[in-house]
Amino acid sequence: MARLTARPAARPGRATTPWRALVLTAAALYFLVPLAASVVFTVDVPGQGLNLDAYTRILDTEGFLPSLLLSLGLAAATIAVVLLLMVPATVALRLGAPKLRPVVEIVCSLPLVVPPIAFVAGIGTVLKWGPEHLSRTPLFQTFVAVQNPDFPLVLVLAHAVMALPFVHRALDAGLRAIDVRTLVEAARSCGASLPHALLRAVLPNLRGALLSASFLTFALVLGEFTTAQLLGFRPFAVWIVNISGSQAQMSVAVSVMSLLVTWLLLLFLAGLGGRRTPSSTTDRK
Amino acid sequence: MTDPMSLTAPAPTANGAPAPADAATVELRGLRRSFGTTTALDGLDLTVRPGELLALLGPSGCGKTTALRMLAGFEHPDSGEILVDGEDVTAVPAHRRDAGMVFQSYSLFPHLNALDNVAFGLRMRRVRTAERCSRAAELLELVGLADKGDRYPHQLSGGQQQRVALARALALRPRVLLLDEPLSALDAKVRLSLREEIRRLQQELGITTLFITHDQEEALSMADRVAVMRAGRLEQCAAPAELYARPATAFVAEFVGTMSRIPGRLRASDATVAVLGRHLAVDGAPPSTGGAADVDVLVRPESLGVTAAEDGEGRVVGTSFLGATVRVTVALADGTRVKADVPAHEAGPLAAGAPVHLSLPDRPVLVAPRTP
Repeated sequence: MARLTARPAARPGRATTPWRALVLTAAALYFLVPLAASVVFTVDVPGQGLNLDAYTRILDTEGFLPSLLLSLGLAAATIAVVLLLMVPATVALRLGAPKLRPVVEIVCSLPLVVPPIAFVAGIGTVLKWGPEHLSRTPLFQTFVAVQNPDFPLVLVLAHAVMALPFVHRALDAGLRAIDVRTLVEAARSCGASLPHALLRAVLPNLRGALLSASFLTFALVLGEFTTAQLLGFRPFAVWIVNISGSQAQMSVAVSVMSLLVTWLLLLFLAGLGGRRTPSSTTDRK
Repeated sequence: MTDPMSLTAPAPTANGAPAPADAATVELRGLRRSFGTTTALDGLDLTVRPGELLALLGPSGCGKTTALRMLAGFEHPDSGEILVDGEDVTAVPAHRRDAGMVFQSYSLFPHLNALDNVAFGLRMRRVRTAERCSRAAELLELVGLADKGDRYPHQLSGGQQQRVALARALALRPRVLLLDEPLSALDAKVRLSLREEIRRLQQELGITTLFITHDQEEALSMADRVAVMRAGRLEQCAAPAELYARPATAFVAEFVGTMSRIPGRLRASDATVAVLGRHLAVDGAPPSTGGAADVDVLVRPESLGVTAAEDGEGRVVGTSFLGATVRVTVALADGTRVKADVPAHEAGPLAAGAPVHLSLPDRPVLVAPRTP
């Protein structure tokens, strides 16, 4: 009897182990070889042996800090805009108009279908057309303001649109995991007004979804090149491409660095999202 | 109303229960609500007396949940009004209704532990932290979970979660407690013990309670009065014993407990019915058919006698052992099946296929128009 029951359990394990190892190795090679090659390329200077010059020079290079800060600022603003737009929208959809969900899902998926190049061409046309026709109205100043090179709001808006599919997916998955209606009603029967109920009962349970939405948006903005380049701004990704012509080694070093930073952030956020807040009223032993 | 069950409201002096002056009267008047083409409530009138536990019983889709949600403020009636202590609260938003609610599904806030869940309402009311904690701990003790305050909902069993939910609903000392099938997600054993616990707490606190259920046993065993609903209307509202013994309509008779229909013939002249070879008085008003008519006599299994007899008019088609009794299903000559409960020790000769004689006690019987 024991033999009979043990066999089927053991067999798939034995059979799949070599496959698992093979697939894992293949995947690891696929990801790690280019990465390792990049690292070797940055530290192996022909004729001088190994050194970290490429990395130490990054900080001194013209344009590094401003472009990085611009990208970080854009990322923060984009996250704020897209979350302020999508969190109330998805929650309202759950509570009030579940039938509209497929419509919103399709609308939010559009940026995946429309290529960025077409998207940016459209934005470019509007930006050119607007000032010509609106030169005598206060809207003219708006067009100037959104293209302020110190902080191009038009990029925030564009990135927010491009982040919609990811943010929508993340929030939708988060909301699917909780019973929003019951939580809101429970909070309301406990004397919380609707905004309070959403803030205190629903949002805290969406923490994981909010974090992953923010992270995806962050990664998207940090690596976004097409829109920024074609509209003539110079955030981090554009800067990396610009310097790669003159300082190939350093541009790869910067890429490796930004990859590492992104990974660390991901780990950090994953850790943060998975942990539960300790209670404020009870001791932990 | 002059029924004998007015003693159900807790007396002010009985075992230290709070004076019924605290407890609220809830009145639902002519509530109507339709969702698209379906009518959930079709003029519901119901009064819940101070301090009583009233069970709203009915098949799914009869509007009982809609009625409760209206009382909680989550739904709004198309017409009609809701009064608490004579005050119209129809337009008052849910969070100012002063009604605690326990939901069918587990509704604890997953990000808060049991203590913080119970304290949630107090936090919304800006009660000071120290007072909040002591009151929440007190409530957890009341539901028997004093040692589980630091557990998160996912670390608690279903029964424990519903207890915490009950404590949370009671935290703001609501005037009305609303229970929306709070036991339906639990397994049988937990359901039984929690049922008793809810009843004990409700009586101890003397809080006016509306309890929704589709389980008639739950309703009959817990409630002071049971209101049976059907298609958005109230069929009957009475004490459990009365509901069982004197159902006002055929629907109530068949929904509450088991009822068999035996064909009979009604004689309108003296309000008697001929059934199983006897003439029995009709209980209540006979259906207005004018003259004689074919009717069904409604009989509870325990009031039907079954004796083995060679020349019997029925034949046993099945038996099921219920412990103290055996439920015997008998087919009559015209194919009608009736159920009867026979004490287990008398059920020996009543095997499937045995011819039997059915007998009714000499009491007025309920009749209903013949169903095809």
